[in-house]
Amino acid sequence: MTLRACAIALLTVLVAAGSALAPAPVTAQNKEVFVPLLVYRTGPFAPSGIPIANGFVDYFTLLNERDGGINGVKVTWEECETQYDTKQGVECYERLKGKSAALVNPYSTGISYQLIPKAPVDKVPVFSMGYGMSASSDGRWFPWVFNFPTNYWSQASAVIRYIGTQEGGLEKLKGKKIAHVFHNSPYGKEANPTLEELARKYGFELALLPVDTPGQEQKSTWLQVRRINPDWIFMSGWGVMNQVAVKEAASIGFKMDHFIGNWWSSSDADVIPAGDGAKGYKGATFHAPGTNFKVHADIVKYVYDKGKGAGKKEEMGSPLYNRGIVNAMFSAEAIRTAMKGAKGQAPTGEQIRWGFENLNLTEKRLDEIGMKGFTHPIKVTCEDHEGSGPVLIEQWDGKKWNIVSDWIQPMKDVVRPKIEAAAVEEGKKLGYTQRDCSKEK
Amino acid sequence: MIYREAGQFKTTYASDQAIFPIVQDKWIVGAAMVAAFVAVPLVANEYWLQAVLIPFLIYSMAAIGLNLLTGYAGQLSLGTGGFMAVGGYAAFKLTTAFPWLDIIVVFVLAGVIAALVGLVFGVPSLRIKGFYLAVATLAAQFFLIWLFNKVAWFTNYASSGTITAPPRTVAGVMVTGPLAGAGARYVVALALVVLGALVAKNLVRGRIGRSWMAIRDRDIAAEIIGVRPLRTKLLAFSVSSFYCGVAGAEYVFLYLGSAETLAFDIGLSFLVLFMVIIGGLGSILGSFLGAAFIVLVPIFLTNVPHLLHLPMPVALQKQIELMVFGGLIIFFLIVEPHGLARLWQITKEKLRLWPFPH
Repeated sequence: MTLRACAIALLTVLVAAGSALAPAPVTAQNKEVFVPLLVYRTGPFAPSGIPIANGFVDYFTLLNERDGGINGVKVTWEECETQYDTKQGVECYERLKGKSAALVNPYSTGISYQLIPKAPVDKVPVFSMGYGMSASSDGRWFPWVFNFPTNYWSQASAVIRYIGTQEGGLEKLKGKKIAHVFHNSPYGKEANPTLEELARKYGFELALLPVDTPGQEQKSTWLQVRRINPDWIFMSGWGVMNQVAVKEAASIGFKMDHFIGNWWSSSDADVIPAGDGAKGYKGATFHAPGTNFKVHADIVKYVYDKGKGAGKKEEMGSPLYNRGIVNAMFSAEAIRTAMKGAKGQAPTGEQIRWGFENLNLTEKRLDEIGMKGFTHPIKVTCEDHEGSGPVLIEQWDGKKWNIVSDWIQPMKDVVRPKIEAAAVEEGKKLGYTQRDCSKEK
Repeated sequence: MIYREAGQFKTTYASDQAIFPIVQDKWIVGAAMVAAFVAVPLVANEYWLQAVLIPFLIYSMAAIGLNLLTGYAGQLSLGTGGFMAVGGYAAFKLTTAFPWLDIIVVFVLAGVIAALVGLVFGVPSLRIKGFYLAVATLAAQFFLIWLFNKVAWFTNYASSGTITAPPRTVAGVMVTGPLAGAGARYVVALALVVLGALVAKNLVRGRIGRSWMAIRDRDIAAEIIGVRPLRTKLLAFSVSSFYCGVAGAEYVFLYLGSAETLAFDIGLSFLVLFMVIIGGLGSILGSFLGAAFIVLVPIFLTNVPHLLHLPMPVALQKQIELMVFGGLIIFFLIVEPHGLARLWQITKEKLRLWPFPH
């Protein structure tokens, strides 16, 4: 009886306290720029989520410690755990956007699709760096969404170009068999239309092999692979699916140097479980792995040596950690562009959107921020929110990732018309109209 | 004292059979309705509407559906997510094929389609019971999700396989699509769930509900007194799936805005089942209480460290949240296996006798 009374009392307290939980709207402090970070440090995708989140936080800490923020405006941030779950991600976004969020990095294609329609309403630019909706690369239809330096479609075309060069020319692809092993979700399916078109154009045989989420069980997929016996495999996986796929490929004796993961399928966590079997596995990327750059030395000096690091010093330099750094750097540079040289004043959401759209990251600027050779220069325009940046191929040698290719240009002639067509379709679904870029300044 | 019904005499059958026979209850419910329809949309901010209240209402709808099937008719189902997916995808296909159709009509038609699908998957319940039926409905869950993932027609051949709610209006107010305000979506969800709860309450009080309960309590005895198992069980499946279907359509159109099959995975089926169990099997009020518990407590726990200004890493925070939430579920189930609805009933009894307990 007393327990029951406790239960009733507890419920009463919960209800009473619950009504007091409404997050108080914080008035915009224009001395700081606030970035909400949707992270996943727990759950089945944590092995991928933790290094990205650490990269982000370390770079922002570096900006504050070394430069005193961006043009004198401190960067503040708050992490919110999403577990890579769309509903929790939206809850996080709704909670944090009230703190005058400068931009949002959803870090999940599912969450990106949720936030894209909200962006123009809330005036918070969505920066889905190399993921999300490929169609949003057309800035005439999606002014508030940015997915530079390159998107899934460009990546797929660059990978096919790489395979072509390995085979001795794109015309040699005729009659070859290429399999696409993909996570059976909007994310994994993104590359399919481009691959289908390229298969028609170059005459290779394409096998589409879906793996249902989360991807711990892939025996049937790899049986199919054995039956088809493809010359090359391209994979769009995430989380636990990657390591299982790499292990399965090793166990059926597939030539690992003919197995290429996309940039979410090529991190340390994906190859280490397969041990020596993973040697030779390749991955696409748009930035270098490793820590041989000035920015890493700065992070050690200003962040880790002061005991402010988000992770462990030894874990720096993994592809996903570096991706977090690149993502934070692009965000910071867009905010800097939005300030137009003004100091001490945080820009508004609309100004930051303009900053993204007019971002011109030159080789010189990359050198200044200690990232020479780390990633490729990029120029964003009103029409092109993707920049169709080039792609690198990296290879796992059993201990670390090494770059094994030059910058590979995507096939813009194939991808861009598809993006424009898809943008019309996706834009109309949301009731958007095409804007005239010649009127933007 | 406050809750005393002394002096309230029932002079007609109608007043004796009212849903809320006590005058105080009528006032409380009436006031709650006014507050919910008028005050909340005016006062609540977007976070409350979008992240708390809209999912609460939609989950309540689904929980009512499952409660009719599992709580009243005694048929354990793990196919809720699948039936909600049917509703969501049916609504998407209907409203893109017939854009002039009113969105409320679309929701109802989506519910009808889900009811038909539920009817089909209810057929095994005539032969198998209990956990075995749960396994059969699990098959429905996996089959339906697989179907929507596999057949591109359901998503209108979208390359990503995502369905997006197009903009639609009710009486000139935008209620779906990106430009729809949270307030408008909230009011639509609220109106639907209030109507749904009212219909469900009257269903379970009448002949149909009694025949469901007869089947639940002992099917052979029910058959002997003239309840036909075939019709009764299939009716339970289809009515339940109707509610789940409407909830699924709302889930896509009013809450998420766009969805993939992952949104309707097995986790959703379990979530709704937990709501029904924690709220109270065989209680309409319990469906609301269970939904509130499952939706609100995690959000509350997430916000506690912020309210107390405790600096805590998010990963630790999430893990503590999961542990506390799990602990609370176990605590409430030990204290009151019949669910929160039963706790409320006991509280009510106490209030009626207060200050003279016996």
